[in-house]
Amino acid sequence: MDVLERIGKIVNDNPVVVFMKGTPQLPQCGFSSRTAEALMACGKEFAHVNVLADPEIFENLPRYADWPTFPQVYIKGELIGGCDITLEMFQKGDLQKMVAEAVDG
Amino acid sequence: MNIQAVIERKLASDINALHLDVVNESNNHNVPAGSESHFKVVLVSEDFSGKPLLARHRMVNKILEEELQGKIHALALHTYTQAEWQDAFGTAPLSPPCLGGGK
Repeated sequence: MDVLERIGKIVNDNPVVVFMKGTPQLPQCGFSSRTAEALMACGKEFAHVNVLADPEIFENLPRYADWPTFPQVYIKGELIGGCDITLEMFQKGDLQKMVAEAVDG
Repeated sequence: MNIQAVIERKLASDINALHLDVVNESNNHNVPAGSESHFKVVLVSEDFSGKPLLARHRMVNKILEEELQGKIHALALHTYTQAEWQDAFGTAPLSPPCLGGGK
C-alpha cells in the first residue's frame, strides 16, 4: 500500500487520531504532549501514531493534508489542526463536542 | 539576515498586521546556544476576520513555507482578530516546555 493510502486508511478508520512525536503516555515533544493531554481530557478513546517510530509517515504526512508540522489531529477524516488549534478548541469546549460526536456518533 | 528577521519581514509584508510578535524560543529547547529552531508567532490582523483557525494557520504556513521546510523546527502560532485579541487581554498562551525528542 502506498504511504498516502496508508495514512488515508488510518485517518478514515479512526474517528479521532493524532499523529504525534512519541505516545500519549510517553510524548517526545512538548507540542505533542499538550495535544495528547487535551484529547485525553475529552474522555473518549482516540488512536495515535508515533511518527518517530514510522519514518515513512514522518516523511510523508506533511503532504497528505498540506500541513507542514507535527502533531496533527484528525477527526472523522478531517484535519483539525496542530497543537495550537487543538488547544484553543479545547479551551472553548469545541474539541470535546467534536470528539464526543465523532466517537459516539 | 537571520531567520527571525526573515519571518518578521515576510509576515509584515503579506499580512496587514495590527500586532506582530516573533519570539525565538530556541533557548528553551535541546539545541545549541544561538540557534534559530523554535519560534512563536503572535499575529493580530483583520485579515483573519471570518476565517477559521485552520485557514489562518494555512495562510501563515504558506508565507513561511520555505522556513518550515527544514530551516525551523517548531512554530507556535497564535492568530487573532482585533476583537479576539482584546478578549484575550492581549496575551497569547505560553509555549510548552521541551521534552527532548529529536527531529
